[in-house]
Amino acid sequence: MNTVVSQTSPPKKSVLYDPKVRAFFYQFVLVVAVAYLVYEATTNAIANLQKAKIASGFGFLETTAGFDISQTLIPFSAAGSSYGDAFLVGLLNTLVVSAIGIVFATILGFVVGIARLSSNWMVAKVAMVYVELLRNIPLLLQLLFWYIAVLGPLPQPRNSLTMGAGFFLNSRGLFMPRPVFASDITAILVALAIGAVAAILFRRWAKKQQEATGRQYRVGLITLGLVLGLPAVTWLVLALIGTNPITFDMPRKGTFNLQGGMQILPEFVALLVGLTTYTAAFIAEVVRAGILAVSKGQTEAAGSLGLKPGQTLRLVVVPQAMRVIIPPLTSQYLNLTKNSSLAVAIGYPDLVQVFMGTVLNQTGQAIEVVVITMGVYLTISLLTSFFMNIYNRRVAIVER
Amino acid sequence: MSTSVEMSHYVRSDKIEALPPPNLARGPIAWMRENLFSGPVNTILTLVVLYLLYVTIPPVVRFLFTDAVWTGTDRSVCREDMVGHPVGACWAFVWDKINFFTYGSYPAAERWRVNVFFGLLAIGVAWLLWLRAPRRDLGAVYFFWVFPVASYILLTGGNANFGLRFWVLFAAASAILIGVLIVLAQMLKASIRTALLIGIGIVAVFGLTLGAIDWDFGLLPVPSALWGGILVTLIVATVGIVFSLPFGILLALGRRSRLPILRLASVIFIEFVRGVPLITVLIMANTMLPLFLPPDTSVDRLLRPLVGTAFFASAYMAEVVRGGLQAMPKGQYEGAMSLGLNYPQMMVLIILPQALRIVIPGIVNTFIGLFKDTSLVSVVGIFDLIKTIEASRIDPNWAAPTISYTGYAFAALFYFVFCWGMSRYSIGVERRLAAGQKR
Repeated sequence: MNTVVSQTSPPKKSVLYDPKVRAFFYQFVLVVAVAYLVYEATTNAIANLQKAKIASGFGFLETTAGFDISQTLIPFSAAGSSYGDAFLVGLLNTLVVSAIGIVFATILGFVVGIARLSSNWMVAKVAMVYVELLRNIPLLLQLLFWYIAVLGPLPQPRNSLTMGAGFFLNSRGLFMPRPVFASDITAILVALAIGAVAAILFRRWAKKQQEATGRQYRVGLITLGLVLGLPAVTWLVLALIGTNPITFDMPRKGTFNLQGGMQILPEFVALLVGLTTYTAAFIAEVVRAGILAVSKGQTEAAGSLGLKPGQTLRLVVVPQAMRVIIPPLTSQYLNLTKNSSLAVAIGYPDLVQVFMGTVLNQTGQAIEVVVITMGVYLTISLLTSFFMNIYNRRVAIVER
Repeated sequence: MSTSVEMSHYVRSDKIEALPPPNLARGPIAWMRENLFSGPVNTILTLVVLYLLYVTIPPVVRFLFTDAVWTGTDRSVCREDMVGHPVGACWAFVWDKINFFTYGSYPAAERWRVNVFFGLLAIGVAWLLWLRAPRRDLGAVYFFWVFPVASYILLTGGNANFGLRFWVLFAAASAILIGVLIVLAQMLKASIRTALLIGIGIVAVFGLTLGAIDWDFGLLPVPSALWGGILVTLIVATVGIVFSLPFGILLALGRRSRLPILRLASVIFIEFVRGVPLITVLIMANTMLPLFLPPDTSVDRLLRPLVGTAFFASAYMAEVVRGGLQAMPKGQYEGAMSLGLNYPQMMVLIILPQALRIVIPGIVNTFIGLFKDTSLVSVVGIFDLIKTIEASRIDPNWAAPTISYTGYAFAALFYFVFCWGMSRYSIGVERRLAAGQKR
């Protein structure tokens, strides 16, 4: 390449006007400022920790915890478990309440969202009032209301409210029958698997048949029969033979407390109800916006093709609405997961309450604990948005 | 197929009489028939909803109004066993504690200062929200500079007493700043007058602010530990709003910048803050802020969550503003550049005024979220409205069964009025902004 300098070279300008120099200068200032802040913070933190005689590092995770947690999904004891175990217990509790909350909030949110668009004036207005009321009151207040005002005045275990079918409600929570599985539960699981596979095969075959001949089968009903009916029949047969694979451990009234069964903490109930109803109000708005985003012409076109209202909804409106609904819906799921950290206000042992509360107070390892806890939430958020981006790319309208 | 012949057999040849007009085309009964009982499913739904309303509404009304106790000085008026009839909400309790709910433990003689603060806040908010208010630029100056400084002095008492050494240092720093600006202007062959004006402007703003804080207005100092209730709730919300808007705009510009390190730093900050719950940010501010500062410096208990909320709100605000920046057509940027405007001029004069206008609803929604989130500061021990209610409802002097419900109902009403008002405003602005696009 030959180096030809243009004849009319531009007039000489100050180097300070060069965009590259400026860009470098600004970023250099930023890096220096951040580096200085980090340096100051680190040296100060080291000095402060030395003054408070706190050893830094993650060694404390191995230390015996020495406190009890009211709800543990994995074995945990004050004497034998470490702070690391406490972290796992808290993490699992957070995930459990978030997962169940997401399921319920989705159901309730879709119901309310569709109700807001109902042609029935009263249903629409009630749904609107629900959404406006729940969205404009802080979640913390709602949690306190559910926990202290609703669940607080429940009777002592001795006078438990009997709800029938082995369900009891008292100030220690909700007691329900606990299913006990015998060894031949595998037979039912196998039946379930066979039913599911058969249902999928049938659906494929039915679709091919419809494409080829136009004949329609009652796919939904047969699927339901295969998936649920097969295990049910297996259960019935096993029960008749005499080896019932599922028995229920019923809670019984003892002198002071209920015995047996499964206990669900009032904190868990309050948190679940609060998160569900609050998030459902937001999901309802997302659903409403999604359905409204499908233009009316689509519905009319489907109608003119001869589709029934149910089919129109299922085959035309919902698939298109989902494209609009899914991204904000995911962010609501993330919000629910993050909001579950409000558990700390009512004492449900979630990650923040156990780890950022008790463990932080006991060990004083503020930096490590905060970093771990935030890391967990950050990982959940980033993973979700990563999968969301993949999904979005798949469902995006293919444009020219 | 030839149809003309056969058709004549069954096609009517004479006109039938017009049907009578529909019996009830309008009026309440027709409306009900169409909107509530248009089919069997709708009728059942209506009846179910009516039943649900019948189950829920009368007890709520009875609790809030009919059975409510409005006057009284202690628990005896609100106890069913003492008054002999069912007792609903105990508004007498709220009335008795209203000063605590509003001011916390702020000294009674100094509460006029809080009232003035509320007034100043109302003026600032009205000035900015009322789209046709005169001189909204002055309103912005008021809200983001005059009002915070005045409020700080009013609430704390000011009189920071910096001392002579501080002012000498300040004068030296000002001289250096102005000097550097002049040197820069000369190197760039730009107008020295502008450089002088900018330098003096910056020095004046800081000098006036610090001077006002330093000045002894004769106000009694009130430590922030005594503040509480609605005062603190509004302070946290206001600081979040005042801080998050400018900082959020800077972050959004950083995220859209072409400078890679600047962009990366903005993205990391925004995504990090948005990825974690506010409560962890507050706990972090509470436990780690003192660690990161030099030993022997103590951070005000109220300041820690303020820093946390402000950063938290900024990240969300940045995303809203980014939405507005991305919605601007590229022609606006190109037009500004072709006029010879530099980056700050382009942003301040052309892009931001339009972009911010589009996202006003989004900004207001962020404020609503922020306002609700201020309740979380009670978890880290700050006496906001929720915490004052939590503290009052266990007061033995008011030990009655319905006290908790009453307290929560009051708080719910407070938050609802503010948030609902803001959301109505945002809907109104949205309609006005959409008016131009309507066909």
